[in-house]
Amino acid sequence: MALLEVYNLQKSFGSVPVLKGVSFSLEKGEVLAIIGSSGSGKTTLLRCLNFLEKADAGTICVDNNLLFDGADKKLSSQKEIRKNRLFFGLVFQSFHLFPQYTVLKNLTLAAVLAAKENKKNFNANKTQILADIEKRALTLLDRVGLTEKKDAYPCNLSGGQQQRVAIARALMLTPDILCFDEPTSALDPELTKEVLKVIRDLKTSDNTMVVVTHEMEFARNVADKVIFMANGIIEEMGTPEEIFEHPKSPILQSFLNNALDFSGNN
Amino acid sequence: MNEFINVTLQLAEGFKTTLGLFFLTLLFSIPLGLLVAVCARSHFTPLRILIRGFVYIIRGTPLLLQLMIVVYLPGIAFQYPITKWPIFGGDVAMAYFYGALVAFVINYACYFSEIFRGGIENIPKGQYEAAEVLGMTKSQIFFKVILLQVIRNILAPMSNEIITLVKDTALARTVSVMEMLFFAEEILTNQYIVWPLFYTGVFYLVFSAFLTFLFNLAEKKLSKYWN
Repeated sequence: MALLEVYNLQKSFGSVPVLKGVSFSLEKGEVLAIIGSSGSGKTTLLRCLNFLEKADAGTICVDNNLLFDGADKKLSSQKEIRKNRLFFGLVFQSFHLFPQYTVLKNLTLAAVLAAKENKKNFNANKTQILADIEKRALTLLDRVGLTEKKDAYPCNLSGGQQQRVAIARALMLTPDILCFDEPTSALDPELTKEVLKVIRDLKTSDNTMVVVTHEMEFARNVADKVIFMANGIIEEMGTPEEIFEHPKSPILQSFLNNALDFSGNN
Repeated sequence: MNEFINVTLQLAEGFKTTLGLFFLTLLFSIPLGLLVAVCARSHFTPLRILIRGFVYIIRGTPLLLQLMIVVYLPGIAFQYPITKWPIFGGDVAMAYFYGALVAFVINYACYFSEIFRGGIENIPKGQYEAAEVLGMTKSQIFFKVILLQVIRNILAPMSNEIITLVKDTALARTVSVMEMLFFAEEILTNQYIVWPLFYTGVFYLVFSAFLTFLFNLAEKKLSKYWN
């Protein structure tokens, strides 16, 4: 059984259908790249996975847990959503770090708040819990190469550094699947490189990732699986080789021609 | 010299009332303003329209008029002047003071509510979403992520409004509240000394300077988080 199973996901904004029945699955440790032109539904798909949008129909399963079912209202209660969204982590296009907290506090905030909700346990082992959370945060900061910035405020970091902090923050709650919504679209080429390197390095440690991206090179070299979306459906899905070397659908062919032409690398 | 000290002491007596009116107005109008701001954003349309209409009326009419309505209307319309209300125990000065306070609180709550509303609506949606995907509850998001950013957003307009309040308290004189200007006029009519009337300005200036200092301090403190 795959780690992530999405079946027939549908979403409309008003009368405009954005997702017209999207189904795919992803194995543990795989990296899925989602490519496609703007307005093809990539970001909406990601937002539905993270419960920032509520899909109209379809199901989402992670590790055999049914997290969303358009036909089951009970799964859409605030409480259920809060619990279920922790299966996913999300890294935004424009970082969205909390400006009033240091880098370290950005990482620990949600974990500490979650720990405090179990009042009895928290009060009994307060120092231990806080030390564990901080240790975990420092490990993750080390992994994204920003240990020395732990006491800096987001406004004093470059865009690339902010995004690396955001990645570490998303990993704090050990999501089963880490999602990236165009993580480098707000960065210049040099900063893009440093962020992509961090994402690539995460791959070695059996993280399952879904990356919406415009970086074709990245999708080709890092992803295990590529989905090409157009007009709210999965137009083509396959290995990077199948998608990039042997595209079948004419829409994908013309998309790749434009994309690769423009990047000038190929 | 003796006259100066005497006058200063008398005006200080009135200034106590001025300060009382100022701080009590802040104490009640800030939470009330927050409540009004939340209601003005309500998804329940009748409530939203009612609140926004009320805010429009309060912001669209003079504070002086509102003072007169609150303080004199019960007496004129219902033959039950606030000075006769049992809660004041026959203390006429107290009745006028609290009558004026109610008018100030309503007026400032409406102004504050608009500042709060702007401050809340200016927070980028991404801040809510980032906190949401980290599994925070609505109240955690508001108190741990949003609130300080709102405070930073509203600091400048709030300092403006609060310094205006210092001087607006003088309007309470018109409904017989014994604040500082009232004492200055008493001195004029009873002792025929004119200068205390102008001397009151010094009290207002010193107090405004103190508030400006506090707000600058707060702004400095918050500026370390933002470029």
